[in-house]
This record gives sequence, structure tokens and C-alpha cells, in this order.
Amino acid sequence: MKSGRVKLPGQIERYTFSERVVHWIAGGGYVYLLLSGLAFFSSHFYWLASLLGGGLAARVWHPWVGLLFVIAVVWMHHIWRRDMRLTEADRAWSKALWHYIRNEDSNVPPAGRFNTGQKQFFWLMYFGGILLLVSGLILWFTEYVPWNWRAVRSFAVLVHVVVALLTVGGFIVHIYMGTLVVRGGWGAITQGTVSETWARAHHRLWWNEITGDATAKNDSLLLEPTDRTS
Amino acid sequence: MAGGTLELRRISASKSPAPGIRQMPTVTKYIDTTTCIGCKACEVACQEWNDLPAETTVQIGTYQTLPDMTANFWNLIRFAEYENGGLHWLMRKDQCMHCEDPGCLKACPAPSAIVQYMNGIVDFQQDHCIGCGYCITGCPFNIPKFHNKTKKVYKCTLCVDRVAVGLEPACIKACPTGCLQFGTKSQMVQLAHHRVEQLKNQGYSQATVYDPPGVGGTNVITVLAYGDRPDAYGLPRNPTIPLAVRLWKDVLQWLGNLSIVGGLIIAALHYLRFGPKAVKEEAQAAESGDEI
Ligand code: HEM
Ligand code: SF4
Repeated sequence: MKSGRVKLPGQIERYTFSERVVHWIAGGGYVYLLLSGLAFFSSHFYWLASLLGGGLAARVWHPWVGLLFVIAVVWMHHIWRRDMRLTEADRAWSKALWHYIRNEDSNVPPAGRFNTGQKQFFWLMYFGGILLLVSGLILWFTEYVPWNWRAVRSFAVLVHVVVALLTVGGFIVHIYMGTLVVRGGWGAITQGTVSETWARAHHRLWWNEITGDATAKNDSLLLEPTDRTS
Repeated sequence: MAGGTLELRRISASKSPAPGIRQMPTVTKYIDTTTCIGCKACEVACQEWNDLPAETTVQIGTYQTLPDMTANFWNLIRFAEYENGGLHWLMRKDQCMHCEDPGCLKACPAPSAIVQYMNGIVDFQQDHCIGCGYCITGCPFNIPKFHNKTKKVYKCTLCVDRVAVGLEPACIKACPTGCLQFGTKSQMVQLAHHRVEQLKNQGYSQATVYDPPGVGGTNVITVLAYGDRPDAYGLPRNPTIPLAVRLWKDVLQWLGNLSIVGGLIIAALHYLRFGPKAVKEEAQAAESGDEI
């Protein structure tokens, strides 16, 4: 089933059922990994382990949930890799990032199904997930690494920490943007649908593609700082 | 292990505790490789006192009991052949070195799973251990051993349960030649230097005390006849806490925590300054009270 069908008048399906399922397997898994991982990372966060049944349980489950998370992300890659491809148009969007941050959206080029930031977040999680899995396997079975290969163990610790922190950064931005900034995103990733206006305002090229309406007018549908102060 | 009545100097994943009221001298085990006869009485005494199940010996072509220590075998006499003009047979008692600055304790994420008592003994508290194995990565001497059934790590406790009540460790008690001694660090260092002088007079010009400064010194000190070749005894030349562990605990931990908090603050400020990306028509409709 492909997204983009018009289900109800004025409503467009943004995420199919299976897309939402895989998203929330990744999302739920990541939250667990974050809480347990932070507990292992720093003594300031060790108390988080008690939310998960204690450090011992967290140590047992963290690797298994990590495995599940990476499977979900690889599945995501399977269904979204074409939509996530970074193209020439993304370069222009990146240049306008500062305008996007400041909600000056009339200066931001129109986006396809996913905008550049969303694509970059996906690739961060995809490659990050793979690196975390590889280094995590070494940490999972630390005691089997021979003494002469101990450098591998040191390297795995560093890779795991650094990559995990990068994904945490991406994750904070993702949740913040998805729930607080781009209103309607939450409805999309839970119920599956967005309004036509939402699609036109945030992902105009995607909307053009779905409706076959190629008259990509360049008027912005988003409120701008100037609209507010006027 | 139990050392419940002793003051603590360091606790894993915790700020150092305040200096205890009861000060006590650092204790040290002295090992003289030149008078060890390889009888393994210390191995047996260790197994007995700590009530450890017998490990099946593994023949590796020398007189060594096992290729390495295990979770149930904390004291291993290592045999090595060393050629230096003639053939020399080196025997070294291997066990936890009880570092002054322990890498295992630095790496450990679980509060109280590793402690350093006021007398310098480094001890694993298995009831707080979560079995992550980071101590294995942190140790420059390859000491902590993971037990596959209990999923916890084990090593020499320097018989803290004996030392706490004024007894010497079991291995010291069992040694028939006196090559093992136990006392305060300063006593043992003095003894070791005395022995090194004797060895030098006997022609072992390279004799030294192995008490590596890279880990702040160790509370197990070893007299080596061929001090220029610690590697021949299976000892690292200049052990330090692995760079990765130092980077992680001294740099990345702070950087990470600050970035996470900073990121959340920036997101909050962004929200207050710029707010959501509201769709014009919807925002206007909402203002005029229409349903979308
Ligand atoms: C658990 C907290 C999470 C929340 C609240 C959340 C929320 C959302 C929301 C609201 C959207 C829809 C955005 C839109 O279409 O405008 C979305 C999409 C998406 N989510 Fe999440 N998500 C979470 C975790 C994750 C994790 C851990 C991943 C890691 C792979 C992830 C990957 C994605 C991707 C790739 C998309 C599609 C493109 C994008 O919006 O970046 N999400 N999420
Ligand atoms: S295995 Fe146990 S003692 Fe070793 S670092 Fe992990 S929690 Fe600490």
C-alpha cells in the first residue's frame, strides 16, 4: 500500500499502517535504548535504570532492543529509501536552513515527501544504527575479545559513545520538530492522515505529485514572523 | 566480597566519598619472583579460603595450571622461559594488582559495584554489578573475569575479609619460601628495594621493583630480576588506563551531558522565540473560531 491516497475529502494519507508500525517499533525501541544507554553512559543518569527495572535488567535487555531497533530501521530503509534520497534540490533547501529555523518559510524551497532535514535525520539513524550495532556486538560479548585484540574493545567503546550521542542530538530535534513545530505531524505518524492544506504548506512537491497539480505556486501557506507582528 | 567495616576511598560511578574518620595505611602484597619455587601453594590457599570450586587444569605445555585466570580462579603462577645468555625459568604470581588509580573502577557505570577501601584494596561488589564488562575494558592487566552463569565479574579481593580483621591474605599465609610478604606499602617498598640491592650485588644489574607509576603505583609490587624485560614475565611495560576509557569518562561524558542539556534548552528557547510553523489558513480559521 502506498501513501498519498486521498481518503476523506481534504485528507491525505501520509503514512500507511505498516509505515506507522515500523516507525513506532523504532521509536519505542529507541526510547528504551536511550534511557538504558544514558544510565550506562553517565552516573548522573544511572537513576534512569531504575525506571527500567534496575541496571541488571537494563544490561540484559539493551542489546536485544538494539537488535530490534536496527531491524526496524533497516525495514524503514527498505520502504523509504527512494523518498529519502538526497537530490540536487536538497542542496538549495540546506542553504535556506537558517530561514527554515526562523520560520521564514517563503524563503525555503518547496519540499517533496520529506524535507532535507527529515532525510538527513533518517540517514543519521540508519548509518548510526548500523555502527551502533557493530560496536554494540563487541560490547555485548566483551569477555570473548582476546587480550591481544583489546584495542578493538577500546575502539568499540568510543564508536558506541560518539555515535549514540550524535543520534541523541538528532532525536531531540526530531521529536521537537515533529510534535511542537510542525503541528499535524503527530496526527500523521499516529493516525496516518494530514489535511490537504498541511501537505501543500509543508511538502508542496509531494502534494503536487499526489494531486497531479503541477501549478507549484510559490505563495507560502505558513505564518511568518512578519505576519504576526503586522 | 565483604569488607563492610572498612572505610571507602573510591566508589565506582560516584563522587569520591569524604575522607574517612578512621585513617589507615595502604596495605601491599610483596612478590619476589626470584625466590618463588612455583609450588602453587598460594593457588590452593586462594581457592580454599575463597571457597572457589576446583577448575580442571589445562595442559599448555608448561607447569602453569591454566592458560589464564578465570572467574573461579584468581591467583595464577605464570611460567615463562626467557633466554638471555642462558635459559631462565621465570615464575610470576599473577592476580589483581590493586592499582592506586584503578581502571576498572573508572570504567564501571554501576554505583558501588567496584570500591577502593581506605587501605587501598580494590574490590568488586557483585551484588551491585550489572555485568556490562566495562571493567574488563578498563583494566590494563587483564584481570576481571566474567562468569557466564552469574553474569558478574570476579577477581582477587586481596582477602579483604581477612585483612579487615587483622589477618594476612591466604596466599601469603601459605607461601613456604617467604617470597610473598604482606604489610604497609612503605614497609613492602623498603623490603623490595633491599631485595633489589641484593640481586644487583649478585650480578642481576637490571633488577627492579615493578610498581608502575602509570596507574599511580600498585598495591601488589613485584621484584623482577630482569627488570628491563617486564614483558618476559607477562607484565605490560608501562600500564595506564586505556585512552578510550579516559576519553570517555573525562571528556565525552561531560561533553555529552552538556550537549543534551544544551540541546533541550535551545529547543525550548527556539519554541519561545519562533514557535510552531502554523498554517496560515488554519491559524486564521482558528482565530475566527471555525473548525478545520
Ligand atoms: C519516540 C519518539 C518519537 C516521536 C514522538 C516521533 C515523532 C514523529 C513524527 C511526529 C513524525 C512525522 C513527521 C512528519 O511527517 O512531519 C515522525 C516521522 C519520522 N520518524 Fe519519528 N518519532 C520518534 C522516534 C523516532 C525514531 C527513534 C526514529 C529513528 C529511526 C524515527 C524516525 C522517523 C522518520 C525517518 C520519520 C519520517 C521523516 C521524518 O519526519 O523525519 N522516529 N516521527
Ligand atoms: S561488569 Fe560489573 S564491576 Fe565490571 S564495570 Fe560492569 S558493573 Fe562494574
